[in-house]
Amino acid sequence: MDNNKFTRSVQLKESACQGCINCIKYCPTQAIRVHNGKAHIIDKFCIDCGRCIRYCPHHAKIAIYDPLSVINNFKYTVALPAPSLYAQYNNLTNVDIVLNALLKLGFDDVYEVSAAAELVSEASREYIKEHSNETPFISSACPSVIRLIRVKFPSLISRLLPIKAPVEVAAEIARARAMKKTGLKPEEIGIIFISPCPSKVSYAKSPLGIEKSNIDNVIAIKDVYPLLLPHMKHDESQLKPLSGSGRIGIGWCNAGGEVGGLFTDNYLAADGIVNILRVLEELEDEKLQGLTFVELSACNGGCVGGTLTVENAYIATNKTKKLTKYQPVSKNHLADNPDIGNLFWAGDVEYEPVFRLGNTFKESLKMMGDVEKLTAMLPGLDCGSCGAPTCQTLAEDIVRGDAAPNDCIYVLRSNIADLSRKIEHLTRDGISEKALSEEDDALLRQYIHELTSELASFGVPGTAKERKE
Amino acid sequence: MSDELTFNYTIDGDDFTRAGEASSAVKNKLKMLGVDSDAIRKVAIAMYEGEINMVIHADGGAITVTVSDEEITMILADRGPGIPDVEKAMQEGFSTAREEVRSLGFGAGMGLPNMKRYTDEMKIDTVIGEGTTITMKVHL
Repeated sequence: MDNNKFTRSVQLKESACQGCINCIKYCPTQAIRVHNGKAHIIDKFCIDCGRCIRYCPHHAKIAIYDPLSVINNFKYTVALPAPSLYAQYNNLTNVDIVLNALLKLGFDDVYEVSAAAELVSEASREYIKEHSNETPFISSACPSVIRLIRVKFPSLISRLLPIKAPVEVAAEIARARAMKKTGLKPEEIGIIFISPCPSKVSYAKSPLGIEKSNIDNVIAIKDVYPLLLPHMKHDESQLKPLSGSGRIGIGWCNAGGEVGGLFTDNYLAADGIVNILRVLEELEDEKLQGLTFVELSACNGGCVGGTLTVENAYIATNKTKKLTKYQPVSKNHLADNPDIGNLFWAGDVEYEPVFRLGNTFKESLKMMGDVEKLTAMLPGLDCGSCGAPTCQTLAEDIVRGDAAPNDCIYVLRSNIADLSRKIEHLTRDGISEKALSEEDDALLRQYIHELTSELASFGVPGTAKERKE
Repeated sequence: MSDELTFNYTIDGDDFTRAGEASSAVKNKLKMLGVDSDAIRKVAIAMYEGEINMVIHADGGAITVTVSDEEITMILADRGPGIPDVEKAMQEGFSTAREEVRSLGFGAGMGLPNMKRYTDEMKIDTVIGEGTTITMKVHL
């Protein structure tokens, strides 16, 4: 892949960061450190799950996405609403109400991600059937799950279902249809995804399993939600019939929705990053037997729990159920879409050993020995005051050259106590034997200087002006 | 002599919920060392089975894991009742686990066979009434 640089949606808003340690404690891949009173996200560790956005009490973690004005960059635009968009509205009885409102907002056409999801469900059923001796497969719809597996669970990469996510399939179909309808060139058409989460914003820029995504821009559900409200007309006689997906497609936005379209009882559906980490650990150890499919969503409740949504995830789940209650199971079938492109991944997802300590085994082994010694020396409180989430991570950072032992306030305190003791000792000698020798005097000055600089680094995070290097 | 690193773990007896903690910790260390994922998988599975056995049969014990650039050695030592018939114990499906243990989904008689299957070398030293020490190696 030529685009190796992972473009992240989750970013720090430095002016809002207070340098507290909430984010470092909640990050599932331990990708955040606080140094000099500000949080820093370590690019290679971050999987863009957005958990820090959820937990930062100062709203200093934000998602970067596109503004609605991107629709002015194209001659013709197609909106791809995620099914989780529908789940934001109260008493929604007809998806056409939302889809018609999107046209009024300025889009030229709409294509439901849930329609493509039904095609993905069908392709998944066929693929799993043809590869029944390779089960269990792990769903590949949540980009953060793929990124998590890519950095932490190399042995599970081959279990990822190598089928494009519904949003990617939707983007392909939407562009092909728009080209046919308008005769425009592909670059004149804007395919705009309305996303529930930052993870898919990053996906559009740095896709997984394919070279380039068909999604041109990604806007947030929380931005679009209030703008649609004034355009939502509930008089059904005035609505253009645009909707075309059933219970399976729309249900994809809820935890358990993807497996609902697979018609198997031998599944596991886990949601929430902490829960999926546990499932992945157990899958890796082959503790989970007899499974055909494992659905994993990084957010609690599934996509309706994304950080770019408005409604409570569990209320949204209930709304989805009500909206789809009288819908047919599925309205989209592969046989009716003969012009559909390849639904499968074009390339492999490769292991990224970002947590490896050294460049070679020998080097790593030596570094790990140092990590062990340092960890034993640190207090083991995992207090986070050093800016690393645990004493073990601080030890790793020190060995990697990214931190110093004195970042630990307990190590620092003990160093200060040592110096103080030495000074006391010297001066006591001085009293008993009259004046200090020139040598001892120099030593005393040196100790006092060291003490001063140690203390200088012992500031309150956020107010510290300097940091001892 | 090649460089090596040793990790020690104490396994608590009679607590199923904690069995697997040591193998999980080792797994993470091996990933940080950049050990091949297939070898990591073997170590994790074999060690987890061993941990479960120590909990079920021997009221816990101690595990020592040594990593060198040639192999990973796991020594699982307990002070349990010992294995009266090792050959029989190595048969798939043979189990002496109590009913309450089986009802939890453990004790299916696959522990020792799996440990053998997933490792390159396995040696069992057992003395009735004194305990069992199992040494397993996965080559790198």
